[in-house]
Amino acid sequence: MAEFVFYLFAGAAVLGAAMCILQRNPVVSAVWLMSMMFSLAALFILLGAQLIGILQVLVYVGAILVLFLFVVMLLNLGRATSDLRGPAGITAAVVIGGLLVIELLALWRYTPGRLAAEVAQAPQMAAQLENAFPGGQLAQQATEANGVVGAIAAPMFQTYLVPFEITSLLLLAALIGAVVLAKRRI
Amino acid sequence: MEPIRFLGPTLALSAILFTLGVAGVLIRRNAIVLFMCIEIMLNAVNLSFIAFAQLYGVSGSIMVFFVMTVAAAEAAVGLAIILSIFRHRQTVDLQNINLLKG
Repeated sequence: MAEFVFYLFAGAAVLGAAMCILQRNPVVSAVWLMSMMFSLAALFILLGAQLIGILQVLVYVGAILVLFLFVVMLLNLGRATSDLRGPAGITAAVVIGGLLVIELLALWRYTPGRLAAEVAQAPQMAAQLENAFPGGQLAQQATEANGVVGAIAAPMFQTYLVPFEITSLLLLAALIGAVVLAKRRI
Repeated sequence: MEPIRFLGPTLALSAILFTLGVAGVLIRRNAIVLFMCIEIMLNAVNLSFIAFAQLYGVSGSIMVFFVMTVAAAEAAVGLAIILSIFRHRQTVDLQNINLLKG
């Protein structure tokens, strides 16, 4: 069952991304991108990151994509003129994309056991995943004790407190920058 | 310990999505669609973070949280830049925005 759900949403995500880069109308591209992000949210939940799945829907679909659609509307870009690059650009995309996908698809062969053996450089680690990945087990215990949100919230406000606060500065800078850049006259 | 699921397939899906994003940046000229392709790439990286978070604990999930924040900031500033370019040049086609071309 989990296999079927995984491959269903994986196929939907690949279809959404492919249609997003091939559709000439930016609004249609944005809607395909939305379908890709919904599929990825489903995959996040399947992989045990429920909070991230919800945040994906709220932040990406609810905020970022709506921003894209608003800008497309403001610029009045709904015309269906093709903006694909010429043969040189397509060739470059096929060559670079092909090389990249061959290189990255080597990751297909990794199972948790093989990863454990290679990281520890000891083949016997493949049989004892608990010892190879103590972090994952600690996270599962934290999830059972504090719930899905609590397991993420505790390290975020303890170990990652400084990056979290710096994030607020980043958001403030982005807010001011967006207003300054988009305003006609200050 | 709960079984760790779909490590290899998730990483492969992440690779395919990242490559589609790169290909989109290379074949499109519309600046807004380029931004969408950048979002595809960020999502692909998030997916591999989540795949490894099953093994290494919640640090991966927290990193995805930060990536989402940066993506939101980047989209806001980038789209504001596109708006102001459009006001000056009446186009978002990157072929017509070639002031810095050597």
